[in-house]
Amino acid sequence: MIKVENLEKHFGTKRAVAGVTFSVERGEILGFLGPNGAGKSTTMRMITGFIPPTAGKVTVGGHDMAEDPIPAKKLIGYLPENAPSYTDMTVYGFLAFCAELRGLHGDARKQAVHRAVEMCFLEPVLHQSVDTLSKGYRHRTCLAQSIIHDPQVLILDEPTDGLDPNQKHEARQLIRRMGEKKVIIFSTHILEEVEAVCTRAIIIDRGRIVANGTPQELKQRSEVAGAVSLRVIGVSADTVKIRLSSVTGARKATIVKEDANSVWARAYPAEGSVNGTLARGVAEVCVKEGWKFEELHTEEGRLDEVFRSITWSETGKKEEKP
Amino acid sequence: MSDSVQNIKTIAKRELSGYFASPVAYVFIVIWLLLNGFFTFSLGGFFEMGQASLTMSFFRWHPWLYLFLVPAVGMRLWSEERRLHTMELLLTMPITSWQAIIGKFIASWLFLIIALALTFPVVITVCYLGDADLGEIFTGYVGSALLAGGYLAVTSMTSSMTRNQVISFIVSVVVCFFLLLSGFEPVTDLLPNWLVGIVTSLSSLTHFIAFQKGVLDSRDLIYFGSLIGFALFLNGVIIRNLRAG
Repeated sequence: MIKVENLEKHFGTKRAVAGVTFSVERGEILGFLGPNGAGKSTTMRMITGFIPPTAGKVTVGGHDMAEDPIPAKKLIGYLPENAPSYTDMTVYGFLAFCAELRGLHGDARKQAVHRAVEMCFLEPVLHQSVDTLSKGYRHRTCLAQSIIHDPQVLILDEPTDGLDPNQKHEARQLIRRMGEKKVIIFSTHILEEVEAVCTRAIIIDRGRIVANGTPQELKQRSEVAGAVSLRVIGVSADTVKIRLSSVTGARKATIVKEDANSVWARAYPAEGSVNGTLARGVAEVCVKEGWKFEELHTEEGRLDEVFRSITWSETGKKEEKP
Repeated sequence: MSDSVQNIKTIAKRELSGYFASPVAYVFIVIWLLLNGFFTFSLGGFFEMGQASLTMSFFRWHPWLYLFLVPAVGMRLWSEERRLHTMELLLTMPITSWQAIIGKFIASWLFLIIALALTFPVVITVCYLGDADLGEIFTGYVGSALLAGGYLAVTSMTSSMTRNQVISFIVSVVVCFFLLLSGFEPVTDLLPNWLVGIVTSLSSLTHFIAFQKGVLDSRDLIYFGSLIGFALFLNGVIIRNLRAG
């Protein structure tokens, strides 16, 4: 549905986007991740046809955005960063205006506005002027604008930015619901959002794609993925560490934390160890040594850690991993 | 084709209702009418002149009034879109930037024409008092509307240069002032003879005055048409450059 090929954007001598290639199909919810200034918004602006790329090509539903922008734009609903809207209009007026630009008139327009208002819970403020609205409502007004023509492609630049936790939850649910039938690309820097909503995530840093996969796959790249953590009582940290490192399938063991009577330790799997072997090994050691353990679980891997390790090493500011 | 007309209409409708949604429009119209009354009857010496004509008393002041009032009307056209980032919203809609430029221009121009039309009592007055030449008054109004359109196109262009309305206002006043002065006699008297023809032919004032004589000359129509066309073309170029970064 969306094909992005070798997309580049230069601002003066700065390369904001330096060769991005990916494609998204119907039914996918693609999360766009990256530190501030990584080129997320610039890439989205090029996909929506707001700014022309310096090099490369964007095709939406088979229409080249540079050659044939109007049919391509018709397929897209777009929520720009910071959710702009005409502040001197009422919510209804604004949505009606957007519907008209989308080619909806008369009854079709009325229905489209009604449907969007319902989906974004805007009834209470329908006839209020936009500049009297709270940030959450403004945000939803702009979101309503993006879905007013029931587009096949939705591009949302930080759709949950500035919303309170309840509103964030609502917005995520809306995205997930709509993602079943549409193509959705959304950017965020909230990692839990990616795990909660996306079917695929792309991490972009300094204008390049540095990772592209499902949230599960990305988590696998985490240092702690597959590691076994445990908490034991009444054993010295050194003993725990030495014993754990000699467990079959363990590469190394570390002490995460210790206090007066408990020790938190973690054993890392050796390369190629079968899932579950390590946990069994650790459990056997505990039983054999007679340790009283209060907690034992396998780590899934953490997205934030992957994010940090990928984007930091790329910028050359590599830090010691915890 | 009908799509683009429809889009232009939609944008123009929004822009025009935007004017009337705020008190600014009414304040503007009141100021415009008050100034017109003051200049016509006081400074213009409408009664003292003893002529059933609006040329010297009424239309004469329009180039100077428009100099400030038209930039005030048009200064927000694009600068506000840039400040609120709604330009990103507008230009990712399935429309071309030309449709947006023309739609916005038409809306502001219509607003100015409405304001101009509201000066009709002065026409009634002059007809009541004497035997006025309605043809001359009509061409006077046409010239006045075209002059406003010319200034407005310049303002639309300058407003796309900045996100600050005040800067947009000042720059457009300066540009319009040059267009005006190049046909203003005290200035053209200072120029060498061979240059006068070229400079005055570029002036909005020269072409505006031609309309006051009751003649619709194609040269004057072409002048204002090309001034509007050129300024809006530059407007489009500026917006394209903005997007290209």
